[in-house]
Amino acid sequence: MATTKSRTSSFSRNLAAVPSSTNPGLKYGPNGTIFISSGIPDLDKILGGGFPLGSLVMVMEDAEAPHHMLLLRNFMSQGLVHKQPLLYASPSKDPKGFLGTLPSPGSAKDDKSRIRDPEQEKGLRIAWQYKKYFDEHQQSFDSIRDGKYEYCNDFDLRKPLERHFLSSQHIDCVSIQETQDLTALRNRCATFLTQFPRNDGNISPAGRIAIQSFCSPQCEYSNMEWDMLSFIRSLRSMIRSSNAVAVVTFPPSLLSPSFSRRWQHMADTLLSVRAIPDEDKELAKLLTGYQEMVGLLNVHKVARINTQVPVILEATTFSIKLQKRRFLVLECLNQAPIDSSSGSSYGTSATCSGTSKSGTLDF
Amino acid sequence: MNQRASNLLDEALGLVDDGSKAWPLSGRVVLVEDRVETSAAFVLHHLVKRALSPHSSNVVVFLALSQPFSHYDRVFRKLGCNLGAQSENNRFFFLDMLMSEFPDGDEGGLVALYGKIEKVVSSLLQENKKCITIVVDDLSLMEAAANGFSNYVLDFLHYCHTLTSAFGCTLVALNHEDIYLGMERPALILQLEYLADILMKAEPLATGLATDVHGQLTILNRGMWDGQGSSRNRICNFHFRVKENGVEYFSPGSRA
Repeated sequence: MATTKSRTSSFSRNLAAVPSSTNPGLKYGPNGTIFISSGIPDLDKILGGGFPLGSLVMVMEDAEAPHHMLLLRNFMSQGLVHKQPLLYASPSKDPKGFLGTLPSPGSAKDDKSRIRDPEQEKGLRIAWQYKKYFDEHQQSFDSIRDGKYEYCNDFDLRKPLERHFLSSQHIDCVSIQETQDLTALRNRCATFLTQFPRNDGNISPAGRIAIQSFCSPQCEYSNMEWDMLSFIRSLRSMIRSSNAVAVVTFPPSLLSPSFSRRWQHMADTLLSVRAIPDEDKELAKLLTGYQEMVGLLNVHKVARINTQVPVILEATTFSIKLQKRRFLVLECLNQAPIDSSSGSSYGTSATCSGTSKSGTLDF
Repeated sequence: MNQRASNLLDEALGLVDDGSKAWPLSGRVVLVEDRVETSAAFVLHHLVKRALSPHSSNVVVFLALSQPFSHYDRVFRKLGCNLGAQSENNRFFFLDMLMSEFPDGDEGGLVALYGKIEKVVSSLLQENKKCITIVVDDLSLMEAAANGFSNYVLDFLHYCHTLTSAFGCTLVALNHEDIYLGMERPALILQLEYLADILMKAEPLATGLATDVHGQLTILNRGMWDGQGSSRNRICNFHFRVKENGVEYFSPGSRA
């Protein structure tokens, strides 16, 4: 029932009536929430629209692989494309340098639909009578695409973000390597968030906070677990009362198990990323499309703001793929047919059918 | 009250009675535990909603550390309970502690908080409102606010406990069970479990999450009076499914 938040209640707002003309980066969700995009179209669909404003998103890193950076980059780029102010904190010496690696929105729309089309054709023929439903579903997510800015862009990971997005005034970079205590960072976040007070009714611009590898050992505070926890708690509280989203990535293996749990409880939306080993024969046999996968994404918790109903997804594990080595795509895991050798068959989906690849198989 | 269909949770808590009796949770400590996978916030919502039902004259003092008022307001409105109106009627006291901190080595903050609660309680007792429910959402955040000085939190809870024994208040607290699983001597949770008259645990199903069963609830009710003057423990276990306007409870396996 609750696969996509947007359709759970019959009283939810009409998604077609998004405030696209005023602010392309925002989308109304159910229960009076407003979504901003994660920068990954598939992730938005999985989460039912994106990250709701006022929520804290935590990403558990794979300590040995940089997959969390993929999520972080797209999240940051999407914000910059929408001209949403950004606060970026990282344990590197020069966090500004990271901005140079941000991906640029590709002309992926045409690209992507071209790729998807043949697949649709050969995968499953859809009777023409039902085509209209199919289109409708697509539209709800893509309705803003005719405008100059889309709600969610496809980002080309090989193309750096154009300069004019970066040169604007609203980017704030902080290095958390040298900081001994977190009050400075907390104040920085607090002043940043004062730009986005929450007042119901009118939509002010939204802000994004991205904190990378928060508890990494380069930071001098990294052994002060209670201080970090209380920082996250105050960040969460501040975020709640402002029109902003914070994404914090952290390697849980560096925390004690009890604290890692505490952090996970703090999160409104909890994701984890994991690399997959290069030559895992067993796994390669089990899953189709193993060759193209770069990692796995787990959705542990989906934000429930203004509601007590949990969001139960059809599938919680998704494979991260790079389409044409450029575009980040999330797909449900598909179990390989038992005696098949090719990886291109999507026919037997065991875990679920197409939450991320909406519509291609949903009949 | 009679026409309200009772559910398994109310039965397990002894909340089903004819309305003539006093609030059955009076003088008791209720501890609710949950996990990352399964939130038990709905149990708090249910208890608050029952306490604020129009047939009773209960008063709720709500210590909110985890969500702002707007969240609770929306959730309760969907449950059929208007918090704004209730707080105007002096039946719902909302203490917004989302931003409050009780920094290092300083017990003062929590003592002041207790003073606040006690003031509310004593003023209510003067108005002859006997049944007061104190709800803490949630304790792990209070620990974080106290910067790890769990003993202060424990002291605070002991003070609140005296309110239950002295004035017949109900203390309801939410905590997260899985935080303490790997710890050596998790004093806070152990002491609380010892204090609790009713212990509820929300867990995911062993088989994982499903859309029609959101998890299972295990309730240990200590000291249910069975009429003959002796007390006994009762353990109930059932599944639940959380909805906007309420929660469905059912026995394991009774769903197709």
